[in-house]
Parts: sequence; structure tokens; C-alpha cells
Amino acid sequence: MSNVATARPSARRVKTRWAGLWFTIPFLAVFTFVLILPLLYALYLSLFQNRLVGGNTFVGLDNFARVFTDPLFWEGLGRVSVFFVIQVPIMLLLSLVAALVLDSVRLRGTSFFRIAIFLPFAVPSVVAALLWGFMYGEQFGLVGNINDAFGTEIAVMTQDWFLAAIGNIATWGALGYNMLILYSSLKSIPPELYEAAALDGASSWRVAWNIKLPYLRGAAVIALIFSVIGSFHLFNEPNLLKTLVPNLVSTYYTPNMYAYNLSFVGQQTNYAATITIVMGIVTAIIAYVVQLRGNKEALQ
Amino acid sequence: MSIATRKRTRTLAPGYEHIRPDRPAPRSIGLTIVMVFFALYALLPLFWLFINSTKTYDSLLNSFGLWFSGEFALFDNLAEVVTRDDGIFVQWFANSILYVVLGAGGATIIATLAGYGMAKFTFPGKKAIFAVVLGAIAIPGTALAVPTFLLFSSLSLTDTMLSVIIPSLASPFGFYLMWIFARESVPTEILEAARVDGASELRTFTTISLRLMAPGIVTVLLFQIVGVWNNYFLPLIMLRSEEIFPLPLGLQLWYLEAAGPQALPIYHIIITASVLSILPIIIAFLALQRFWQNGLSVGGVKA
Repeated sequence: MSNVATARPSARRVKTRWAGLWFTIPFLAVFTFVLILPLLYALYLSLFQNRLVGGNTFVGLDNFARVFTDPLFWEGLGRVSVFFVIQVPIMLLLSLVAALVLDSVRLRGTSFFRIAIFLPFAVPSVVAALLWGFMYGEQFGLVGNINDAFGTEIAVMTQDWFLAAIGNIATWGALGYNMLILYSSLKSIPPELYEAAALDGASSWRVAWNIKLPYLRGAAVIALIFSVIGSFHLFNEPNLLKTLVPNLVSTYYTPNMYAYNLSFVGQQTNYAATITIVMGIVTAIIAYVVQLRGNKEALQ
Repeated sequence: MSIATRKRTRTLAPGYEHIRPDRPAPRSIGLTIVMVFFALYALLPLFWLFINSTKTYDSLLNSFGLWFSGEFALFDNLAEVVTRDDGIFVQWFANSILYVVLGAGGATIIATLAGYGMAKFTFPGKKAIFAVVLGAIAIPGTALAVPTFLLFSSLSLTDTMLSVIIPSLASPFGFYLMWIFARESVPTEILEAARVDGASELRTFTTISLRLMAPGIVTVLLFQIVGVWNNYFLPLIMLRSEEIFPLPLGLQLWYLEAAGPQALPIYHIIITASVLSILPIIIAFLALQRFWQNGLSVGGVKA
């Protein structure tokens, strides 16, 4: 124990306290059991196939090769990509506008608007899908009311409009949450910046453009990452609306629905696990790119 | 705080005297109208839901959606909701409460302990744990649901209440928030003083640290409650027996009876049941505004 005396003073100051580990152990236990183990198990399953002859056989990367040549998988992935490219920018832009307007002092009843716009976040996606499904209805929904009143023949639940109908439900539910993330970030802008801008005679538009927007990058990256996850793992809304329009929603409408239907209806657990892993990797890559680009631009 | 609320004495540069930062900016009608549109978009569907929970099946089908019509049938509808199928809705409601108490409550306790342990102590392996858990924040629950089901079914855990509760217990995001709250709200000097006095770490935690972390705990708890109460995908995958369904699955079951081939005339019942199932969460959010709005700013800005 002679080297104790030569230990660096800084190492002595931060004393090892195993109590910290004891506090952390329950979390590590459940984390391992419901995150690490399922991931490893899915990885294991993806390397096997259950064959009529020979039973459970190791097949290497065969399942992955099948995913990449599976038109049903690509159709679903293409659909959620379109969804991501259209719905997410619209939703984030609306969230941004709402956050900027809330943050401008030129508004009465700020706290009412803040709560009101956030409220749909508290509505379960099942209720949101049922609710909008009813309202979209031409029979007794709002769309039906509009058609009766104006003699129009708007039909939302059709091939052409269905993805947009889903996008609207997703936007309705998440807009307020994203608005609040951006709004909290705006609230943390140092007042000195505004004072300097006021002294320079900057208009509120210039303040918004030159001070607020650059400041929002960090929060926008977070909102964007949550949206990446939300769109690429789309499941709840199409799966629920399927009941209303069975012929519009296939079992492979989104990759997540495809994996679900493969494992529960088709009993193809190995292939379902493979699709889950591929989608996990796709989402991780996109989230990573978003983060990288967001931070790089913030540095410039 | 914006410039408008700050008292200023500095003189303005020549030529800019017309800008008066010491006066609040004039209210803008244009901006207010923009926000009214946002609020209408958010609230009209909820308004539609509440209005239509007061209608009979016939007036639901034949009246304008955004106003009352016919007899006020809310109480009849409520009675039908709670008595239909031998009162299974009450069972679903109780199940949801149980899942929330054990799942969201457990997740919050576990995240609080871990956030505190990681923020206030030093021990070998801490950095590695942190890296792995933070990496997991970006993994969505839906991506893990199918693998978790496969694992649970090989352990014969599916179609039990535990299969919904256990996955709810691990919340990397809750852990992350609690880590920030613990780091910022519990001064290390207080812990050192307690150690000098001979208090055990557990005693210090329960008597001092917990109280300091309370606002953060409420925030995390609220978000866990929303997550578990609204969870659809996980129970959909795990559960087969109707008597252990949470509310979202129960609502879906009735919805299938109404919109599916059976075409039962129960849309008004489903709408009333939906109202009942969102009320507790909306009330919780309105009552605890102060907490979750602060919590969001911590999670959103500092991540």
C-alpha cells in the first residue's frame, strides 16, 4: 500500500463512494432487462430461421438480405420517409411560429394559449385517432357537416388523402409539445441581447431572425430527433384507422406495422426481429446525422 | 424576462429615442389572431368530443357536430359506459390506474434513485453507464416493443399485468431529467455535512435530498403517468385477455365492434368513454402546470 501516499491530491478529493452504485442498481437492473436483453435477443433471432425441415437454423445475414430485397418493406419505408419529409417540416414550422408569437410580448393571454395548444399532447393516441376518425367521417363527422352545408364532396379517408389525414393527427398531438420545447429555449435567451438590439434600433422581425432563430438550434435539433423517431416508427394512427378503411391500410403500411403483423399474424418472429433491427439502425443513423448537422451549423 | 419588464435608466443613442424599452410593446391584434387559430386547431376536436358525449346515437348521426342537439344524454351515456359488458369499462379504468401507479410510480422512484446516485457520487464504471443510458434515450419504445414481446414470450410473461408494468419501469429520459435535477438542486456541501454528522447515505437521501429534488420528481412522475396512461402499442402486443386491458385497448375493442363488420350502434358510448379516459390526464396537467413547464425547459434546453 505504499503508493497510497503518492496518489494525486485531485484523486483523493473525489472519493469513491459505492453508495452511488447502490442507488443506481435498480435502474440498471430494469434497464438491462427491458432494453439491453430484448435488443440482444432480437439480434440473436435475426440470425436464425425457423424451418420446417431442420427447425431453428443459423442462417447468418440471410434475413437481412431478405429485408433489402423485400418490396413490402421498401414500400412501408418509402411511405414513412414521405411522411417524415412532409409532416415534420410543417409541424416544426408551425411549432416555431407558435413559440415565437408566444414569446413576443405583444400578446394577451399568453398562458391560456400556451396551455390550450399543449393540451392535445395529453390525449392518448387511441383517442386522438378515434376522434379525428369520427370527424373525418362523411356520414356524421365534421367533414360530413361541411359537405352538407356547402354542397362539396370532400372525402378525407381516401387513397389520395389518407397519409395527410394521419399527418394531421400526428401534428395535432405533437405541435404543442414541440412549441413548448422551443418556447422554453427562447425564454433562456439572455436579456442583454435584446437590450443591445433595442439600442441598435433593430425591428422585432430582425430580433426574431438574428437573435431568436440562431439561439433555437439546440432545441430544434431535439424536437427534430423526437420527430424522426415518431415518423419512422409510425404505428398507432394507421393501425387504428385501419378499422374504418380496411382497404386503404395494408399489413405492411409502415415498417412497424409490417413487423407487428409478421410476428403476430404471420408467426415469422425471426424476420420481424430483423425488420425491427434494420429500422432501429435507420432511425439511429438519421438521428445521428440530424444531430451532427445541427451542431455543426451551430458552431459556424 | 424580456426587455419590456425591466426598468431601464440608460439613455438611448441619438436617433433612437422613439424606441422605449421601458414601456411594454403594444399588443398586436395580428399576432393574437394567429394564436387564436392555433388554439382553435388544438381545442376544437376536444370541444367536438365533449359536445358529442351529450348526444344520443341518433342525434350524433344526424346533427351538426359542434353544437348540442336533441336531448341531453350525457348521463344516460355515462350509465351505459359503466354498465356495458358487465361494467368492464370500470375494470379497464382500474387497470389503467394500477398500471400508472406501479409502472409510472416505479419508474419515477427508480429514475430518482439512479439520477441521484449518478449525480452526487463517484464510483468506477459511472462514465460507461452514463454513455450507454444516454445512447438509449433515442431508442423509441415502439422499436423495442416487438423484441421485448419476443423475449417475454420465451419467458412466459406475456398476457400478464407484469408484461405491461416491467417495460414501463425503465425510463432513460426520466433518468436523464432526474440526473439534471439532482445535480442542480442538491448541494454537495449538505451531503458532506450530513456525513460528518454520521448519517447514513440512505438516511441523508430520505430526509434531505428527496425534499430538495421534489419539484423535479413531480415533473418526471407526470410525464411517466402520461406515457403509461396513454400507452397503446406495448399492451396491444403483450395482452390478449380483456380483463387486464388498460383503457386505450378497451376503447379500441369497442371501436372494432362499432366500426368493424358487427357494426354495433355504440359510437356515442365510445365518445363518452373517450371523454372519461382523457379527463384524469387533462386535470393532472392543468393542476400541475408549474412543474411540467419547468421540467420541459430543463429537458429541452440543456440536453
